[in-house]
Amino acid sequence: MAITLDQSIEQKQQTWLGAILSHQTFWVLAAVILACLFLTFTTEAFATSTNLYNITRNVTFVAIIALGMTLVIITGGIDLSVGSVLCLCSMILAVVMHAGYGIWVGIAASLATALAIGAFNGVLIAYLNFPPFVVTLGMLSIARSLAMVASNNTVVFQFGPDHDKLLALGGGAWFFGIANPVLFMIALALLTGFVLRWTRFGRFLFAIGGNEHAATLTGVPVRKIKVIVYMVSALSAGIAGIIQTGWLGAVTTNIGAGMELQVIAAAVIGGANLAGGTGTAFGALVGAALIEVIRNSLGLLGISAFWQGTFIGGATILAVLFDRIRNFRQSE
Amino acid sequence: MAALELTNISKHFGAIQAVSDVSLTLEAGQVVGLMGDNGAGKSTLVKMIAGNFRPSGGTMRLNGREIVLHRPLDARQHGIEIVHQDLALCDNLTAAANVYLGRELRVGFGPLGILDYRTMYRRAGALFKELKSETRPRDVVRQMSGGQRQAVAIARTMLSEAKIVLMDEPTAAISVRQVAEVLNHIRHLRDRGIAVVLISHRMPDVFSVADRVIVMRRGRKVADKPIATSSPEEVTGLITGAIETV
Repeated sequence: MAITLDQSIEQKQQTWLGAILSHQTFWVLAAVILACLFLTFTTEAFATSTNLYNITRNVTFVAIIALGMTLVIITGGIDLSVGSVLCLCSMILAVVMHAGYGIWVGIAASLATALAIGAFNGVLIAYLNFPPFVVTLGMLSIARSLAMVASNNTVVFQFGPDHDKLLALGGGAWFFGIANPVLFMIALALLTGFVLRWTRFGRFLFAIGGNEHAATLTGVPVRKIKVIVYMVSALSAGIAGIIQTGWLGAVTTNIGAGMELQVIAAAVIGGANLAGGTGTAFGALVGAALIEVIRNSLGLLGISAFWQGTFIGGATILAVLFDRIRNFRQSE
Repeated sequence: MAALELTNISKHFGAIQAVSDVSLTLEAGQVVGLMGDNGAGKSTLVKMIAGNFRPSGGTMRLNGREIVLHRPLDARQHGIEIVHQDLALCDNLTAAANVYLGRELRVGFGPLGILDYRTMYRRAGALFKELKSETRPRDVVRQMSGGQRQAVAIARTMLSEAKIVLMDEPTAAISVRQVAEVLNHIRHLRDRGIAVVLISHRMPDVFSVADRVIVMRRGRKVADKPIATSSPEEVTGLITGAIETV
């Protein structure tokens, strides 16, 4: 029987299962679950509530920033400044609160700093056509230096009258014993996922990453959106900084050093393509989880911490390798 | 009344005169083949109609009313659509997403509305059906053939009830079978009462689908006549300059 035009237009190309199996995120998630099962049966310490509490909380800071980074990467950009921005925002919060202001003033100052930095990066990249790598590399240096200037390179561990509120924000567990940072992470991930899937803004991000020229020709406000994306990225670093400050109870000028690379690794492991055009919020979380599980397991299995970088780097390359193999098969 | 009327349109870039004193009319439901050698000014002319360039001189009238186009969006709002040579598609998005790019349908309240996937898939599917193209709205454009990609780009112009569609070398880089498909799309647009401008180097395409042929040489219009009264040999002569003008 001949297939009519209607049928071939209506036909779905992939089954539901096929779509899931072809997704990098699925395989990374499978790896995370397998690793967790393996560790549960081979070590005593893994499946304890303290360890799981620690893991989930450690994941969050990288994961929150990886959400913002995923948006940047979808548009085909990169933001190397997030680690330093986290440090600067934490320091602004700490210094403002140490000076006797309340927690809300501190948070407002900190987030305003993040937005200003993001806007600076974004305007240079979108309107003056600077390469994102260069602008954010410069900002990596500037933001950390400003953090040192703001604090005179001291450790701040007293946060004025609202000291306890800040510690409760980062260290507490307000909801069914789930650590607060985890709650923030889940809320932000849901928000990011919603924006990417269901809003025009999300659609425009993918369009810019897919073909920036085409996006411009079809009337997508490319420049405006790029500025917003870098502001969101810096904002995610600022939020992570605030929560981390509450959790650690102290801020030094070297927190977040090298974090940008972990964040980018998490986003890439989770399926974001540095060439632009792909990435998911869920992937960013899964990528961050894989990195943390690897770190945690090495300690539990008694493997020297020196091996950490090898395993995390290997996982990054392996995750992208799967993607490459699939592309080769498609192009043949 | 002419759908679009250009009077003495000129464009120079510094000392270079790209288009000089071109006057022409486009009629609704007519396909005009625009031919000429590289550098003859066809693309510049079309880009002025599409709002990419502002003319240095002359006037444009749409349905008798004078218009000034400052940017591509203005042209679009006047019902002038262009299918770019590279089609301006995002390979990572679905066919429906490309058709609706920049004009996404939403349900909900104002700026808070969420994307209306269901309606966009359905309407994009209906457009492909109208074009008789086996293009699935949910498929990612990356995996599509040249003909399907053309269908996506053309469906985009149909979405907006365009009055004038400009096509820049739509058959330059696709297979023979797909060329036939694209020519059918062009006839389809014509049957909808749209004025189509087809820029092409391919003589057979122009002679099979166009009602009129306009030839440009060195920025000037050297011929504008019904296709039935011309021949490929004559047009070749006009393009190369072997025949001065008719």
